[in-house]
Amino acid sequence: MPLRLLKYAWKKSEDEPRFFPDEKPLKKAYDVVIIGGGGHGMACAYYLAKEHGITNVAVLEQGYIGGGNTGRNTTIVRSNYLTSEGVKFYDESLKLFEDLSDDFDLNIFYSTRGHFTLAHTDSAMRTMRWRAEVNKHHGIDSEVVDVETIQKEVPYMDMSCNGQHPVMGALYHAPGSVARHDAVAWGYARGAQQRGVEIHQKTRVTDIKTKGGKVVGVETDRGFVEAKKVISMVAGSTPRITEMLEIETPIEIFPLQACVTEPVKPFMDTIVVSGSLHVYVSQSSRGELVMGASVDPAELHSTRSTLDFVEGLTDQMMDLFPFTSRLKIMRQWAGMSDITPDFAPIMGKTDVEGFYLDAGWGTWGFKATPISGKTMAYTVANDTPHELIKPFSLSRYTDFKLVGEKGAASVGH
Amino acid sequence: MKFVTCPSLGRRALSEFTYGGRLEKEPDQESVSEKAWTDYVFYRNGAPQTLKEWWYHRPTGIWFLFERNTLTDRITRVEFANRGIENEA
Repeated sequence: MPLRLLKYAWKKSEDEPRFFPDEKPLKKAYDVVIIGGGGHGMACAYYLAKEHGITNVAVLEQGYIGGGNTGRNTTIVRSNYLTSEGVKFYDESLKLFEDLSDDFDLNIFYSTRGHFTLAHTDSAMRTMRWRAEVNKHHGIDSEVVDVETIQKEVPYMDMSCNGQHPVMGALYHAPGSVARHDAVAWGYARGAQQRGVEIHQKTRVTDIKTKGGKVVGVETDRGFVEAKKVISMVAGSTPRITEMLEIETPIEIFPLQACVTEPVKPFMDTIVVSGSLHVYVSQSSRGELVMGASVDPAELHSTRSTLDFVEGLTDQMMDLFPFTSRLKIMRQWAGMSDITPDFAPIMGKTDVEGFYLDAGWGTWGFKATPISGKTMAYTVANDTPHELIKPFSLSRYTDFKLVGEKGAASVGH
Repeated sequence: MKFVTCPSLGRRALSEFTYGGRLEKEPDQESVSEKAWTDYVFYRNGAPQTLKEWWYHRPTGIWFLFERNTLTDRITRVEFANRGIENEA
């Protein structure tokens, strides 16, 4: 190791290979165009190339890699969902996450913490019991724990919540983890590029062209690009894309805000979530408390931050962790959540031939990054929906086959 | 803090209001087709646009209809929803 370090010291910066190679010029035609260069888009490109040998792929991103919702979430990974469909899907994702650092040869700072979802009411306790039973049925490590167990794990928490809404118990999910969100997007992007995929940043799709009900290409602010298949993986911008093809979805956009405090000494290993208080919090490896709450109350296509959010969140945080009244908020931001009525995603084929949709990620998109990429790559390569995502088709609303996942959302909506 | 100028109440903080969703025409339940019903219940154009929305003023218990742009968050029109049934049907 010291010798390698010495060699490194003599190198000039230009001798080091860049993480991402230079962008190639935009070609006239691709087999597959992926709209959106976030985690999902990059993961889909990666698995298309790695598992299906489809490398004539362009990822078109209006901003920069991982600059949208991928960089705006609170990095929590878990699979303690409520419906069988959700549990199976997110558990596969969690398993993929565990191996990503090795797959990419890049540290994604995947850290298993254990995940408490607190219950402050009888009805919340019932939902926790329900989730624990569904989870166990699918072989997932989830159990309802009592107040003493929580207090032992999270000693700084006020279990009476300032006497306002005492904690009655929690759903404990041992595999609950956090990961560095940027690294996930970068790892997938580099892996895809190494296999021949082109990533074009600052390239906005302005229209999608069809001929006889079939996709033929996309119009961009850098000219027309032919494509046999087009996948939209843009989360918060989904309605703007589906509007181009006059596809109606139940998606509405709500801002989801989050913030971090100044760094403090490590005191909390676990992730703590309270659906009733609209709080979720974990301590990053830098020592900051990463905190989020529920989505903003009204539809809005914007990533602006508000004072109302910080006031509301810190009010609840101080009930749970009284000492946080002394901490400073360092940064605050918002992402755009594409919320569906049943709080489950919309994935798979659409009525337009060659156009695929990966949307409706609401407040739960980051944890689905690997499995969404993998199942969408399968769906596109075989032109048939992957088994795991069949329940998430857009037509489920017309068929009244909803996947009711609201009870397992981390936050109240 | 965001403010709204209401008829009669004057300038009020938006935080006094609760969002009540889009103003939408409910189809006639006797004659509605399944397609029209799912359209009404689920499907909508979620792209940025100017919407007419229900907003409830908690301190007075009065419902309002706002005209609001979902891209700029600008509220361009505020009116009483006192013709509620008329607006709904």
